[in-house]
Amino acid sequence: MEETKQDIKKPENLVYKKTDLMTDKTLSYCPGCGHGVIHRMAMEVIEEMGLEEETIGIAPVGCSVLAYEFMNVDMQQAAHGRAPALATGIKRVFPEKTVFTYQGDGDLAAIGTAETIHACNRGENITIIFVNNGIYGMTGGQMAPTTLEGMKSSTTPYGRDTKKMGHPLKMTELVATLPGTCYVTRQAVHKAAAVRKTKKAIKKAIEYQKAEKGTSFIEVVSNCSSGWKMTPVQANKWMEENMFPFYPLGDIKKPEK
Amino acid sequence: MAKVKGDIEVDIEGCKGCEICIDACPVENTIAMSKNVNSKGYHYMELINDTCIGCANCAIVCPDGVITVYKARK
Ligand SMILES: Cc1ncc(C[n+]2csc(CCOP(=O)(O)OP(=O)(O)O)c2C)c(N)n1
Ligand code: SF4
Ligand code: SF4
Ligand code: SF4
Repeated sequence: MEETKQDIKKPENLVYKKTDLMTDKTLSYCPGCGHGVIHRMAMEVIEEMGLEEETIGIAPVGCSVLAYEFMNVDMQQAAHGRAPALATGIKRVFPEKTVFTYQGDGDLAAIGTAETIHACNRGENITIIFVNNGIYGMTGGQMAPTTLEGMKSSTTPYGRDTKKMGHPLKMTELVATLPGTCYVTRQAVHKAAAVRKTKKAIKKAIEYQKAEKGTSFIEVVSNCSSGWKMTPVQANKWMEENMFPFYPLGDIKKPEK
Repeated sequence: MAKVKGDIEVDIEGCKGCEICIDACPVENTIAMSKNVNSKGYHYMELINDTCIGCANCAIVCPDGVITVYKARK
């Protein structure tokens, strides 16, 4: 018998639905912003691993300052850039908890550089999710340390001139050189296959945290259509063409057995 | 008519009209942006044909998580 559409929408045929670990609040992000997908992948991993009762997330300052409104796990919100310090304190007091930070590139790679590097160098047993959209999204698209050479932003209207403004910072490669990090990877969420890989990477990172291997660090190269002044679909294309050559995707460091 | 393999449900009020799902769908002319808008003024995504294969690509890339996907088993 031929199946009609009515026959298909049944609970046993369900293949994808937003996880209950995302609250029902409307995300405060612009249309097409990668933050939403990255939040959801983190929560899917926590749900699949059954860690929702014991997870503590740290929200940053930046567009994702309200992450605690959207992720349905225990959360704290840190002062700008201080998420790894807060995570350190929480993890040391509650070593059995699963602790992660969620930070933008302005938060993690500018004002929070010291906290990031030292937490990684101490090998704190935490997971850091680093959302790199090459710009300060929340405050109006100013240049970030990660802004590409020649890339326009509100403070580099003619493009980033590396002679005057320095070079884009590859934070992920930098922390990979530190002995405290166990797993360091760079992923993206612009395509379904990339999203699935990001999810796998977050899962591995949490597993390494559970095995007390040290700091796990996941960069997710993401878009900022508002800051980049493009449509979301254009922004994802621009990201593939311009961000990925400088910020190549893939694992940078994996734990030795 | 060919057998229907998949179906989706869109939370119209939650859609922000970003069109990222359209770009992610492997079957052309399956989903499109509606001419109508939701209460926030966004054109929302809708299924326009019975060609959905239930791959869930659209739902996985949707930043706002507003798509639910069903796929016929067997
Ligand atoms: C101590 C302090 N300095 C500066 C600011 C202003 N500020 C708010 S968000 C932000 C940058 C956010 O950029 P990023 O971390 O890349 O996150 P995005 O908004 O792009 O997701 C800055 C500089 C602040 N809130 N607090
Ligand atoms: S300003 Fe950029 S980073 Fe912030 S919500 Fe909008 S698109 Fe996302
Ligand atoms: S489930 Fe797959 S085929 Fe169906 S609309 Fe979504 S992307 Fe297209
Ligand atoms: S990806 Fe989601 S929010 Fe964007 S147009 Fe499609 S259904 Fe709407």
